Amino acid sequence: MDALTAHLDELGHGLVTTVHLTVVTTIGALLLGVVVATLRVCPVPLLRSVGTVYVEVLQNLPLLALLVLFVFALPTIGITFPLFTSAAIVIAAYEGAYLAEAIRAGINTVGVGQAEAARAIGLTFSQSLRYVILPQGLRAVVQPMGNICIALLMNTSLAAAVGVVELTQAANNVNLVEAQPIAVFTGAGLAYMLLALLIGRLAGTLERRWAIVR
Amino acid sequence: MAPTATPDLAGRTGRIRPDRPMVAVRGLQKWFGPLHVLKDVDLTVAAGEVVVVVGPSGSGKSTLCRCLNRLEVTSAGDIEIDGEPLPAEGRKLARLRADVGMVFQSFNLFGHRTVLDNVTLGPVRVRRVPRAEAREQGLALLDRVGIADKADHYPAQLSGGQQQRAAIARALAMRPKVLLFDEPTSALDPEMVNEVLDVMVSLAAEGMTMIVVTHEMGFARRAADRVVFMDDGRIVESGTPDEFFAAPSTERARDFLSKILQH
Repeated sequence: MDALTAHLDELGHGLVTTVHLTVVTTIGALLLGVVVATLRVCPVPLLRSVGTVYVEVLQNLPLLALLVLFVFALPTIGITFPLFTSAAIVIAAYEGAYLAEAIRAGINTVGVGQAEAARAIGLTFSQSLRYVILPQGLRAVVQPMGNICIALLMNTSLAAAVGVVELTQAANNVNLVEAQPIAVFTGAGLAYMLLALLIGRLAGTLERRWAIVR
Repeated sequence: MAPTATPDLAGRTGRIRPDRPMVAVRGLQKWFGPLHVLKDVDLTVAAGEVVVVVGPSGSGKSTLCRCLNRLEVTSAGDIEIDGEPLPAEGRKLARLRADVGMVFQSFNLFGHRTVLDNVTLGPVRVRRVPRAEAREQGLALLDRVGIADKADHYPAQLSGGQQQRAAIARALAMRPKVLLFDEPTSALDPEMVNEVLDVMVSLAAEGMTMIVVTHEMGFARRAADRVVFMDDGRIVESGTPDEFFAAPSTERARDFLSKILQH
C-alpha cells in the first residue's frame, strides 16, 4: 500500500493523462465513426468503397502496430507530431472504425419506411440521415458504443509503447522503483475499472433517457 | 374540421382542370430483376382530379404509385409532375418530391419526434419556413385532421387511425401539388378506416389532386372522379366510378369486382 501512497503524484499524473487521452480520443472516434458509417450507407459507390476500405484496414491491423508505425515511420517522411497527439490520432482512427460499424448496425435497425418517408417530404440524403435516420439509429446502439468506449479506455494503455506516460506506464515506472507489482498494478487496475464502470453507467443513463417510445 | 364531417361532394366537377395535367405518365416500364411489374403504363391526372387505382394484389398499383415520386426507379418511360420531368436524383429530385405528398400503408411517422415535430420537419428543413410559423401551420393541420390534442404525443402513443391522419397532416404541411396514397387504410383496424377515409374525402372535396391506391371501393364510389383498374402491370380499364362499378367493360374487371363485392 505504501508503494501506492508514496507515488500518488506520479500515478495521479498518469491517471489524468489516461482520462485526457480517453476523452479526446472518444470525441474524435465518435465524429469519425459517424462520418465513416455515413460513407458506408451513402448512395455513391465510390464513397461507400472509401468507407469500407477504411474500416477493413483499421480493424484488421493491431493497434500497437499502428501506433508504432505512426510514431516511428512518419518522421522518416518528415511528419512529426507530439507523442500524445500521435497516440490520440491513431487510437481515434482505430476505434473510429469499430464505432462506425456499431453505428452502421444502428442505421440498419431503422426501417426502410423511415428513409422513404423522409425522402418523400423532400429531405435530401444528408438531411434524412441527420434528422431522421441517425437520431434513431444512434439511440439503438448506445450500449454497444459504450462498450467500444470502454475498450478504447483500455487501449489507451498501448500509448505507453510510444512513450506517453499514462496510467499503465506510470504504474510501471513506480513498480521499477518499488518492485511491488501486485500492489501497484492492482491499484492501477482498480482505477481503470472505476473509469470503465463510469462509462458503462453513462451509456446506460443515456440509453434510458433517449429511449424511443415504441 | 371534425374528421367525421361528411363534406358535400356535389358540384365539385368544376374544380378539375383538364388543361393542366398534374401527373403525366407515358410508356412507364418497371422490372424487378426478371419480374416485369409495370408494362407500358400511360396515365394522365388533371389538376384537381381524384384518381383511384384498384386491382388485384401484384397488379403493380403500389409500384406505379411509388414510381411517381421515384421511391422506385423506373426502367423506362417518362413521368412529368405539373409539366416538369421527374429528375433522376439529387437536389432537384428532393425539390420535386417536396411537391408530391405521399401517405404510406404503414404510416412511417418518425418515431423519435412528436406528432407536431413530424409535421413541421419538412416545412422547416425543406421549405425554410420559420419555426414558429411552421408550428402554427402544423397545429392548424393537426386540428384539420382532428388530432390537435395529440400534437405533443409520440407516434407510438397514437392509434393507427390517428397515426395515419398525422401522416396525412405531415404530407399536407408541404403544400403538395398532388397527394399519393399507397393503400392508406390497409394496415388499419376496421373501426379506424373511416376516420382516415373521411379526411381523404374532405381533401378531395377541397380540390386536392389525389392518386389513391386502395381496396376501399366505398371511397372510390364516393370520392373518385375516375377509377383506374390495373391487372398484371397494365391499366386495363379506366372510367368514372359509375361506369366502372355498374358496367365494367373488361372481363378481368368484372371478375375482380364479382370477387370483392360478393360478400
